[in-house]
Amino acid sequence: MKPRSRLALHVPAPSSRPGDKPDFSGLDIPEAGEIRRPPCDTAEAEMRDLPYALIRVLDDEGAPQGDWAPRLSPDVLRGGLRAMLLTRAFDERLFRIQRQGKTSFYMKSTGEEAIAVAASMALGAKDMCFPTYRFVGWLMARSHPLLPLVNQIFSNEKDPLKGRQLPILYSAREYGFYSLSGNVGSRFGHAVGWAMASAYKGDDKIAMGVIGEGTTAEGDFHEALTFASVYRAPVILAITNNQWAISSFSGIAGAEATTFAAKALAYGIPGLRVDGNDFLAVWAAIRWAAERARLNLGATLIEFFTYRAEGHSTSDDPAKYRPSEEAGAWPLGDPVERLKQHLIAQNEWDEARHEALIAELTEEVRAAVKEGERAGVLGQSKPSVKEMFENVFEEPDWRLIEQRREMGS
Amino acid sequence: MNAAKNNEATELTYRDACREALRDAMSRDERVFLMGEDVGHYGGCYGVSKGLLEEFGPERIRDTPLSENGFTGLGVGAALNGMRPIVEIMTVNFSLLALDQIVNNAALLRHMSGGQFGVPLVIRMATGAGRQLAAQHSHSFEGLYAHIPGLKVLTPATLEDARGMLWTALEDPDPVIIFEHVMLYNMMGTLSADAGALPIDKAAVRREGKDVSLITYGGSLPKALAAAEELSKNGVEAEVVDLRTLRPLDDETILASVRKTRRAVIVDEGWRTGSLSAEISARIMENALWDLDAPVARVCSAEIPIPYSHHLEEAALPQTPDIVAAARGVTG
Repeated sequence: MKPRSRLALHVPAPSSRPGDKPDFSGLDIPEAGEIRRPPCDTAEAEMRDLPYALIRVLDDEGAPQGDWAPRLSPDVLRGGLRAMLLTRAFDERLFRIQRQGKTSFYMKSTGEEAIAVAASMALGAKDMCFPTYRFVGWLMARSHPLLPLVNQIFSNEKDPLKGRQLPILYSAREYGFYSLSGNVGSRFGHAVGWAMASAYKGDDKIAMGVIGEGTTAEGDFHEALTFASVYRAPVILAITNNQWAISSFSGIAGAEATTFAAKALAYGIPGLRVDGNDFLAVWAAIRWAAERARLNLGATLIEFFTYRAEGHSTSDDPAKYRPSEEAGAWPLGDPVERLKQHLIAQNEWDEARHEALIAELTEEVRAAVKEGERAGVLGQSKPSVKEMFENVFEEPDWRLIEQRREMGS
Repeated sequence: MNAAKNNEATELTYRDACREALRDAMSRDERVFLMGEDVGHYGGCYGVSKGLLEEFGPERIRDTPLSENGFTGLGVGAALNGMRPIVEIMTVNFSLLALDQIVNNAALLRHMSGGQFGVPLVIRMATGAGRQLAAQHSHSFEGLYAHIPGLKVLTPATLEDARGMLWTALEDPDPVIIFEHVMLYNMMGTLSADAGALPIDKAAVRREGKDVSLITYGGSLPKALAAAEELSKNGVEAEVVDLRTLRPLDDETILASVRKTRRAVIVDEGWRTGSLSAEISARIMENALWDLDAPVARVCSAEIPIPYSHHLEEAALPQTPDIVAAARGVTG
């Protein structure tokens, strides 16, 4: 009998750290169009290959390939491109605003814009999204005005959330955009509960919950999947796997052992793994899952495979924990560039129009920021102290009224 | 049995009154549904929902997986989408698993969303000790929940309140937690045929008296009433204040009683340190110190995990003789 080896602890480590050459050689990336698209009413048991695949539509030349390619009009595609570029212009400007000390905190969506924008456009106006903080593209795609967002970021007296919430943790019910939470897992259950209520009422609205790959380790993730599976809730449960949870690489969340989409297998619901930087693939996957939900066939788990091209927030320096060239080396490219390439390849776009659009959106953002600055940046114009006691309940109780009086306001 | 169908007062248990409240709410409003562990065929671990599955079906009397944080979160989501969910958590200790959903979500959402997202959610749970279920099923965390702005905390201690507070809670646009004490479920009483919704923001004087105020709630109310009878035999007339609602506390009723009797004993099954009894005592100091003839006294549970063994459990909890002794202490 062989002597037993000594036990050894495994602690996952990323393929490269600062100073190393970025290394994505471990990724298995199929060709665009290679993955089959089963009809959306296919039994889960017949689709257990999909969580390990990677659904891609756009090839290296920007041509759509395979069964997943949606037939989208050039206008729709240009609308998507516009919303992605607006998201990027907004992020760039407001990130600088934070560096200038005009707000305390900011988070960019860079590299992940296709997911929020395509989801926003592919779902209905009455559907409800329970998003992450990298989902401002959802609002951009639905033409949410920029000024209230800016006012929240400045936490000025015109802040729609009245100085109560962090910059960028928006609430926009009228836009199907749930109140963002610092407790990153809790919304997954809310999405399932919302969807089940929709089913109980017999209406046709579905919900979409979104979390990051890091949050799949929270109990909320597994609880939401359990309930979604048990009650066949009409919900799309999405994981944006952007490879990084602040400084923890996806291996710390379990990516070495399996894919995040494969978490669906234990719950008996379909799992899709999708190129999140491919606008067309994201759109197609959302539509597939939405149709399945609307047919009363229940939930789908979708992993959007992407890359967080910037830091987690303005509070961390990614150069401290990963090679600074890593974003540029991401093998699935940049979502904006890929959609632009697709439109140009279709003769529906060109460089000059692209530059003009960026200039227009940059100006739109600049004007909104100027307008917000007129109301005041952080600390200059302040939300009312009196209003601090409002909205704890719909009607304040006596103790709230007393506190307001004690404060002399 | 359906109390509403009879014209005269019906004899029933506190448990029956809780069930009548559920039945009435389910009948009145399609948006109301009950979900929790074993609430369906089994009728709930304390038998409160027995028979309701047959009456309202599995969509509205919904058995859930064992996941307090999961189904409380689902309740939040359903409330956001226009429903009026009643979440049953088997026992208060298990509600700690759902604290993120209750405290970090339900209680905060309206405020943090600038008023956009209110959560009209009712959470019911069994609380307290006395049934030999040991520390993980026997604690009293009412005071912990009463600490949280954004929540309303109810402790029905009579059949009328068990029957009447639920509907008012369901009409409230914000989250409400209802604590049902395990030792009250078998309490017999009568309920008039027209028993219905009751306010959820007022304490009640259950017994008038002039010598000392016994301020209590939930499972300690019958003990306080028994103590008052005992005291009366020796000529001490105790007033018994049933708080009914722990957040917001009805200071007005508490202070009016204390100003009248000039002495207060607070009976709270929670632990003494940092407790609801401490809060009430502080409010009496702040507002009625010069009306007092004696220091405020407290009768609370022993500050240990509540034990299983019957005599240990009894020794750990506030009991009628303890209340009598405390009242005698302040009435001299």
